[in-house]
Amino acid sequence: MSRRPYFRTVSRYGWWFAHPRYLRYMARELSSAFVGAYGGLVMFALWRLWQGEAEWNALVGFLQSPPSIGFHLVALAFALYHTITWFNVTPKAMPVQIGDRQFPGGIIVGTHYFVWAVVSLALFILAGAGT
Amino acid sequence: MTPRRIEFEILRYDPDKMQKPEFQTYLVPCEEDWVVLDALNYIKDELDRTLSYRWSCHMAVCGSCSMMINGEPTLSCKSFVRDLPNQVCIEPLNNFPIERDLVVVLDDFLGKLNSVKPYLIPREKKSLEEGVYLQSPAQLKKFKQFTLCINCTLCYAACPQYAHDENFVGPAALALAHRYNLDSRDVGRTARQDVVASNLGIWECSFVGACSEVCPHGVDPAGAIQQAKIASTGDYFMDLILPGRKS
Amino acid sequence: MKRSHKPIIWSLFAAGGTFTAFMIPVMILITGLGVPLGLLPAQTLDYESVLAFVQHPLTRIALFGTIFLTVWHAAHRLRITAHDFGIRADRVVATIFYGLAAITTLVALVVLALI
Ligand code: SF4
Ligand code: FES
Repeated sequence: MSRRPYFRTVSRYGWWFAHPRYLRYMARELSSAFVGAYGGLVMFALWRLWQGEAEWNALVGFLQSPPSIGFHLVALAFALYHTITWFNVTPKAMPVQIGDRQFPGGIIVGTHYFVWAVVSLALFILAGAGT
Repeated sequence: MTPRRIEFEILRYDPDKMQKPEFQTYLVPCEEDWVVLDALNYIKDELDRTLSYRWSCHMAVCGSCSMMINGEPTLSCKSFVRDLPNQVCIEPLNNFPIERDLVVVLDDFLGKLNSVKPYLIPREKKSLEEGVYLQSPAQLKKFKQFTLCINCTLCYAACPQYAHDENFVGPAALALAHRYNLDSRDVGRTARQDVVASNLGIWECSFVGACSEVCPHGVDPAGAIQQAKIASTGDYFMDLILPGRKS
Repeated sequence: MKRSHKPIIWSLFAAGGTFTAFMIPVMILITGLGVPLGLLPAQTLDYESVLAFVQHPLTRIALFGTIFLTVWHAAHRLRITAHDFGIRADRVVATIFYGLAAITTLVALVVLALI
């Protein structure tokens, strides 16, 4: 009997197809591409606004176009996925203990969703009313 | 009940005879209440005495019977055949070198475990006469969950970051470091931080969370690592503001 | 082993992750989808009213915070995602993404200060 351990290799590129949980992880990580792109877009929009009315109106025109709507729909889906995955792990990263009892994680997560819903709704209504 | 016949495809490797591992199929008449480990024992007793695999307790506490069952890192003594299809693929645990058949080399994990000093480092050593170190239920609760680890290494098999960089300290070792860091009787955190808060410690983790999904005892190593990231980030900025402070 | 400097960028990633989780969906809805899909009145994006809104000091600060946290959160996560896709040139990747985040932050700062 001799020792000759056998080393298996994992693909550097395609590993995340091996299990649904890895696909979910990659989707979560890729949300940042859309979140980041949106951040860049906000910066760009402010720059156009600064340049003047004509430039701003050109941008608003672009926002009505199908490619822009398509991008924003996909970005919204990924942003929502980011929100859900982020909130759901909050009690893991920041557990709360009161005395010798664990404060229920569901309440922590639920509070996040509640505040999120209120803030989102308030901003949306304000955006509509502010004009 | 008549036994259900299940086809087990098992990855075999004999370092003396084979260049690389190959699958071998066994047809096993399984009883309703069997776990996969029972089927392996049946193979070993009735069909093929050369099959090698580790096990000891048959009740999910020793952590030695880990293997890939249909692609999922699993304790074979906890995996009931009634939950499995008629064809089951069994491989040695992912991300570890194969010693022989389903036996893997665990040296790397044991070294990492050792590197985080997974034992109590008390402020002062008490002699036996002085009695025990006291702890309240609330203090115990802080880390109890992380004491449940049985070193089965399923979390290492599930972790893609460990798969791609074997130098990553990895889930169970970091969770155990966290367990001792949270212990009110322990003062070893500073000593552990050299490994824990290094680039190959908690910072190699990208919170895939696979470790916590496969852990058979709900240890949640991924949670432990995120908690350690938050604490270490606090340390880092405190050290910037107050250089040379005592932590 | 050496203590890591990751906390600098990770704290931005984590703060940004929390902020974007709360704010980005509704912002996308308001700025990108509300008007084209008819959920918000067309005047919502009028030059005059948007400009007046942005020029408010509190809005300037809020928008700068939004852009800053969003792009640094994304830059750090994308750096790791590149590694997950099998790209091992970490230095190049980090330079590109952090560089983009830095430029975006800088432009936003200048525009919001002068607008
Ligand atoms: S943390 Fe869980 S999966 Fe990992 S070694 Fe411990 S018991 Fe096993
Ligand atoms: S045999 Fe002990 S854990 Fe499975």
